[in-house]
Amino acid sequence: MKTIQKIGLFIFLGALAIFTASLGLSKHQLNADNLSVTNEYHKKAILEAATNQGLLGNSTSLSNIAFIKQLRQSMFNAQTALNESFSKNPPEGIPEWDYKLGDWKIGDYVFQTVKASSTGLLPNNRNLFFFLTFGMALIGGLLFILPKFLQAPGIKNDGIYHSSLTRGLTFGPRAVFIGATILGVLLYGWFYMDGKLFWPILTLVVITIIIFLVLYKEKQNSLSPAKSASPNVTASLGIFSGIYLIGFYILLYWAPEYMTNWILLVDPISEFLSGNPASQWFLYGFLYSIIVLVMGIRMISKYRHNKYQIVRTFSVMFFQTCFAFILPEILIRLNQPYFDFKNIWPLDYDFFFDWNINNLINSGGLGIFMLVWGITLTVLGVPIITYFFGKRWYCSWVCGCGGLAETMGDPFRQLSDKSLRAWKYERYIIHGVLVFAVFMTLMVLYSYFTGSRDILFFNSDVVRKWYGFLIGSAFAGIVGTGFYPLMGNRTWCRFGCPLAAYLGLIQKYKSRFRITTNGGQCISCGNCSTYCEMGIDVRHYAQRGQDIVRSSCVGCGVCSAVCPRGVLRLENGSTDISQRATELRTIHISESEVKILA
Amino acid sequence: MHIAIIGNGISGVTAARWLRKLSDYKVTIISSETQHFYSRPALMYLYMGHMRFEDIKPYEDWFWKKNRLDLIQDKVTSIDFNSSVLHLEKGNLVHYDKLILAVGSKSNKFGWPGQDLQRVSGLYDLHDLQNMEKYSEGLSRAVIVGGGLIGIEMAEMFHSRKIPVTLLVRESSYWDNVLPEEESAMITRHIRSHHFDLRLNVNLQEIEDNGQGEACAVIIKETGERIPCQYVGLTPGVSPNVEFLKASDLNIGKGIQVNEYLETNIKNVYAIGDCAEVTHPIEGRRPIEAIWYTGRMMGETAARTICGKKASYNPGIWFNSAKFLDIEYQVYGHVPNKTPDHYETLYWEHQNGEKAIRINFDKNSNAVVGFNLMGIRYRHEVCEKWLKEKTPVSTVLQDLSLANFDPEFYKMYEQDLVDLYNQKTGSDLKLKSKRSLNKVLQFLKKSKA
Repeated sequence: MKTIQKIGLFIFLGALAIFTASLGLSKHQLNADNLSVTNEYHKKAILEAATNQGLLGNSTSLSNIAFIKQLRQSMFNAQTALNESFSKNPPEGIPEWDYKLGDWKIGDYVFQTVKASSTGLLPNNRNLFFFLTFGMALIGGLLFILPKFLQAPGIKNDGIYHSSLTRGLTFGPRAVFIGATILGVLLYGWFYMDGKLFWPILTLVVITIIIFLVLYKEKQNSLSPAKSASPNVTASLGIFSGIYLIGFYILLYWAPEYMTNWILLVDPISEFLSGNPASQWFLYGFLYSIIVLVMGIRMISKYRHNKYQIVRTFSVMFFQTCFAFILPEILIRLNQPYFDFKNIWPLDYDFFFDWNINNLINSGGLGIFMLVWGITLTVLGVPIITYFFGKRWYCSWVCGCGGLAETMGDPFRQLSDKSLRAWKYERYIIHGVLVFAVFMTLMVLYSYFTGSRDILFFNSDVVRKWYGFLIGSAFAGIVGTGFYPLMGNRTWCRFGCPLAAYLGLIQKYKSRFRITTNGGQCISCGNCSTYCEMGIDVRHYAQRGQDIVRSSCVGCGVCSAVCPRGVLRLENGSTDISQRATELRTIHISESEVKILA
Repeated sequence: MHIAIIGNGISGVTAARWLRKLSDYKVTIISSETQHFYSRPALMYLYMGHMRFEDIKPYEDWFWKKNRLDLIQDKVTSIDFNSSVLHLEKGNLVHYDKLILAVGSKSNKFGWPGQDLQRVSGLYDLHDLQNMEKYSEGLSRAVIVGGGLIGIEMAEMFHSRKIPVTLLVRESSYWDNVLPEEESAMITRHIRSHHFDLRLNVNLQEIEDNGQGEACAVIIKETGERIPCQYVGLTPGVSPNVEFLKASDLNIGKGIQVNEYLETNIKNVYAIGDCAEVTHPIEGRRPIEAIWYTGRMMGETAARTICGKKASYNPGIWFNSAKFLDIEYQVYGHVPNKTPDHYETLYWEHQNGEKAIRINFDKNSNAVVGFNLMGIRYRHEVCEKWLKEKTPVSTVLQDLSLANFDPEFYKMYEQDLVDLYNQKTGSDLKLKSKRSLNKVLQFLKKSKA
């Protein structure tokens, strides 16, 4: 069994190494055919610029890095040339936006051209490399995971804090990662917003205000969280994996032209599903679903004595694969709008963007249904279902982010910060994001209905661009997943997700859901708190005999599963919910004798 | 008023918390073991890598200062009861107005040759854990002596590091001095299914010295067999840690003797937790009950009395819980290992042999007297209410779903129990309500008709 697992791990690591190396396994040569530009003015200008630059007609193939650099230069030269010729001698009957070469188009042209011009080892052996990467990773992963089903069922947390992958970071290194990430995102944001410093600075101001509020208004400056008691506990493999994941997301969001070799590998699957070649988003969806499936099997093997975990894991596997990945692709094949039926505003922050609304309205009956469905989920579905079952119906049963967190993220659930200070930060940040999402959407809708983009001092296009960058990409992706091995698997869900904030408000103030505590059986061991991915100090309530009503609880049920004394249970029922969730219900002296002190 | 508490385990800390809840007295907690309170039952999870030390501390470090609970990490060497002064090892003196002794237990040792060697320890405090940690590297076998809750924990700990374990148990079935026969047999089977070398009906003769003051083998008394090992865990229970008080005026029996208000024979001195011996316990309870829950209740009771709300120690209906490897165990009420003649017992066991429910009831009155749960979770409050109100077993069985506390989607076995009862007695009971939190809470609020 051990040997099979070792072989599996070896195969998986081999596949990961090939996968990583395969980014560089292509050669590129530009010609008039593989320059993927449909606009003829642009094409002409770019070809001219490329010829001048020596890129076109160069008989030696270039590595993708060199090729992208030169191609980008040609595009910029073409852009300048088009701008000049437009002002010198404006073409008749062609709108300016069609004639000039916009920055966002350059990104798309570069990406498509890099993909189309690929030759060399990987592009010429796509099936082989598909097998060597995805195939072998799948085989290796399963060889590692499946033998776990032979072990006796039961809690499998042995050695988690001995492993350099899962034991997390000490306070210092973690602070360095957070600081560096904030700085990096803001610096890149400066560039992303075309050199305008306003948004990064505004964000920095908001961050500073939040830190100030937590430390001084909430008086957390004196209540510093516990430092790790054991030295040298920082997880080296964890840091490595975190950096790898962050790197992946940087390429995915902001430099997809460097990952075209990966995208080439999944082209056939995309063609099969939707009839279109793959984009980076298809690659992401494919990878995401495979990971949720394989790591879902791992999750089931780990908690197979616990039916709640099994059913829930099957649920996230199903919703990710069918609703988030396959169904939208099939809709495309049927000439319908790409639509994820289980995605809900404000997590789905572009649902109310003009292009989405127009696309749905113009897609006939199904499109209208999608529009109504999306609005109904937000307005009625969320409050009603959350009233009955708590936010878990979405966060740990349906949601894609939750699905990844509960499968790939499970090994890292213990890394969430349980300190009171972290909870204070959480409340400011997540509700701040919710407010940002609501204002951004209101502005976008105002523009949609009035046609005016300017509201007070802001331009709604710019606001939504910054939201997409800061929250949609940096927070949800880079921090959301990249920080799994650094700060736990629910960093995004806990600190950032505006939908989680919305669901949480309902869970806290109007829901039947709670975690009940079984009388006086708690031994304060701390397993529940340690394995709470949302950083809730479950033990705080359990040892007081108090029912737990917390807006952040996603109802994963792991606290109940790891409790060695059968103390916790996820339940739905409204009776006495506020009374039983009050502080200090005593356990053995009858309640009539106890005066609860404020 | 200054209240000094010796011991920062669950008893002392609960007392301190309640003192702070109920009063503004100055409170000082003195312990030599650690700066901050940690959960003793969680020590095993440190070794197994489930948690770090900071995770087993139930309160963040700032908690103590914020609640004005002063902590002193030092050992109390002697107590001058006449002048109310504690003498600390580092030379300081602490004057108190009232004193709570929550000094806990120490592991039993029965005078075995070699019991004080290196590589031998119990599992009681952080020091024992560090000792285990220190010698774990390269262990080819560990031998554990004693068949109770701590023995199995220690075995599980070594097992988590792939260290082979031999368990020497005096009884003929695991923990059968507490568990009824069937449950004990279940645990025995379960231990063996994890490939522990479990030896029953054996006693320790001696622990062999390797010549450097370290244990290298144990000898079994009955067979003379020598089992080579590099670590010996001694877990034959604990007894009150009262050695340092024996010379004082304090009344000491097995533990520090206290009345129903947890007061010792010396005015303004209280004893709680493992170290306390209640001279006149309530019916059905033992003078010394060294478990977490009683320690917590005693802490609360003593704090109330000190704050002028004199409360007698009433632990109520007995309850306890444990986990044997993967089998959780809960008990409510009276479930002795040998069912007395005036009790009837209803025992149901799942065919997989890892889940069981036992309900004891009185033959004459039919009132339920106890629940034993193996691998199934029951609600404390519901069971307690049934027991307190001496509910007839037929009523309990019909409402049994109210007690079920297993996670959602788990298969429920209450119907099997009702069927078993019907079959045994020829009655025709029907399981009434389904499991529902609202029904449970309504039931709990209902006063006895």
